[in-house]
Amino acid sequence: MANKIPRVPVREQDPNIRKSNFEEVCYGYNAEEAMLEATRCLSCKKPKCVAACPVSVNIPQFILEVAKGNFEEAARVIAADSSLPAVCGRVCPQESQCEGDCIVGVKSEPVAIGKLERFVGDYANEHQLNLASTAPANGFKVAIIGSGPAGLACATDLAKLGYEVKIFEALHKPGGVLEYGIPEFRLPKEKVVKAEIENVRRLGVTIETDVVIGRTVTIDELLDEEGYHAIFVGSGAGLPKFMSIPGENLNGVVSANEFLTRTNLMKAYDESYDTPIYVGSRVVVVGGGNVAMDAARTAARLGAIVTVVYRRSKAELPARVEEVHHAEEEGIIFQLLSNPTEIVGDEKGWVKGVKCIRMELGEPDSSGRRRPVEVPNSEFEVETDVVIMSLGTSPNPLISSTTPGLNLNKWQCIIADEEGKTTREGVFAGGDAVTGAATVILAMGAGRTAAKSIDKYIKAKHS
Amino acid sequence: MFKITKKTLLAPNIYLMDVHAPRVAKAAKPGQFLIVRVHEKGERIPLTICDYDASAGTVTIVTQTVGASTNLICAKEEGDAFLDFVGPLGQPSEFVEETPEELKSKRILFVAGGVGTAPVYPQVKWLKQQGVDVDVIIGAKSKDHLILKDEMSAVAKNVYVATDDGSFGTKGLVTDVLADLVESKGLKYDVVVAIGPMIMMKFVSLATKKYGIKTIVSLNTLMVDGTGMCGACRVTVGDKTLFTCVDGPEFDGHLVNFEEAMRRQVMYKSAEGQKLRKQEKESDSSCRCEQ
Repeated sequence: MANKIPRVPVREQDPNIRKSNFEEVCYGYNAEEAMLEATRCLSCKKPKCVAACPVSVNIPQFILEVAKGNFEEAARVIAADSSLPAVCGRVCPQESQCEGDCIVGVKSEPVAIGKLERFVGDYANEHQLNLASTAPANGFKVAIIGSGPAGLACATDLAKLGYEVKIFEALHKPGGVLEYGIPEFRLPKEKVVKAEIENVRRLGVTIETDVVIGRTVTIDELLDEEGYHAIFVGSGAGLPKFMSIPGENLNGVVSANEFLTRTNLMKAYDESYDTPIYVGSRVVVVGGGNVAMDAARTAARLGAIVTVVYRRSKAELPARVEEVHHAEEEGIIFQLLSNPTEIVGDEKGWVKGVKCIRMELGEPDSSGRRRPVEVPNSEFEVETDVVIMSLGTSPNPLISSTTPGLNLNKWQCIIADEEGKTTREGVFAGGDAVTGAATVILAMGAGRTAAKSIDKYIKAKHS
Repeated sequence: MFKITKKTLLAPNIYLMDVHAPRVAKAAKPGQFLIVRVHEKGERIPLTICDYDASAGTVTIVTQTVGASTNLICAKEEGDAFLDFVGPLGQPSEFVEETPEELKSKRILFVAGGVGTAPVYPQVKWLKQQGVDVDVIIGAKSKDHLILKDEMSAVAKNVYVATDDGSFGTKGLVTDVLADLVESKGLKYDVVVAIGPMIMMKFVSLATKKYGIKTIVSLNTLMVDGTGMCGACRVTVGDKTLFTCVDGPEFDGHLVNFEEAMRRQVMYKSAEGQKLRKQEKESDSSCRCEQ
């Protein structure tokens, strides 16, 4: 039986070396390893992995091609459903999606679908395979707001259908969270992000950077003056949350968004770039999600001793197990069941410590996780120079507040139905702008769904 | 790329540039700012919009060489281009929303400090076009550093000047002129708009609080993205923490915590210092802005 072979391990950079560089942690499979791992797939008739994939990549099919060594064909299979395989192979939470439902995983370890996808994505980029195939131009124009995962996925599908697609990006580089949020050591920018955005451009999609929708130009102007037939809003969830505790505006307190934007988008870790960053010698990261792990591991690479402060226990950490494991390997200290109550400053207004209180887990709350409650009289102080707040983000109101008829829910998220339709005719939305902060792949799924719905809307309206 | 169509030296170290950016020019309103990036490895630098011409598609910025990044901007010449030029960002001035009648019923005084004179000018010009006459106090280091004096006189009712060395107008600070107008001359104002160095805005706000005159200040905090994403620009206004980039840049001067704002402004000062030293070492002629 093919599944008797154990899962092929993936090579990684040694933790003691990688904790002081920004090179990628995981090396990925080579051709030989990928072909061997691919033989573990059972090619299920009704593949559960495909059903568990938000963009429904034909997983058994591409893996079959990998097993045969037909890497270009494998890339073609994936390209039918995803324009970002090298990205998704790296940052998708496979353990709770495709690999989580893999039948091989019932008795053994699941097929390493993510690592295989990454291998195929990298192969396509390294060999500059041109997988673009589009229908003839249909004469309709669609504007996409935001060049993150949702926007890129929506743009890809619409371009394939023959639409003239333009993406508007507020920052100076396309990619959204792939560029400003996820660190280089998890997602290389030149080799992976840039290459996959190039693939989207090859489909005829244009990207205009430096355009802040709602400020530089409004949705109404795009529809009325610039002649777009529909709009997709994939503007993400970019507003950082703070705790509203004393001392939060001291020098040295930053949002994870600021810290990561300085290092990732502005490349502050590279001294030849102008944007500064400050880590001091000790850093406290507040929060336990993937972004918190990214911030902690980045701060460690910049030379700081890093402590993650999280109010629940290890089992409840929202970050992927793999990320927590990598962080631990790199020497990140976890101060669990603790919550900051105050940030303490020195006489010059710089952070010198964080006052915390110990927590214990009580009854489960609405999220199903046990609610942390304070242990009376258990305050303690952690010495630090920098505090990075990584408490989640919410959508930016710039677009909704300047677009009449585009309604929000109580969490400031754009209201959209399961097809991506908003309350404003001709305007569709998806990704974090609708759901609040989630994953790259869910945003891509929403972008694809909206693309179908935009196609249906335009064809119905103009037929 | 955003081409520089005009560059003028206004005063020592202070340059005016017109930049071709049709989208920004069309959307800009008084009080807003924009972000410039000069080169591939450069910072995102926030600058106040000083003027805009939608028909020509140009936006005017005025920059003083005060650090590594402003040196880079000033080193660009007519015909060169900026890599990125994004805006308009932030909220327009409050008065943009008011009717000419409402505005005419108010006695408005602008207080402009140094390079802050540049963003005051289009506001005064805009009000003049609405038929609103305002007074302006301009503060500068010396006569040589005084900018846009004649332009301002053409659109304002009265222009008062204060210089540190007394080489033009009153010797002293803008707050001395303010005290003279309000306390000695007994002039009444309903609104003061102060734009200039943080320290000037702080002292103007302290004075007007005493006089009970509503005061608007325009904050130039640190920023990265300028769209609400990073929170580097947080400022305490009353009992709230606000983001200068999306809630501002204009705030009620009586509610701004200036001590905190000034402290936050220098958060990366040592890094800036290192960069300046590096710039000087790397470039023999750098930007000879000093002459």
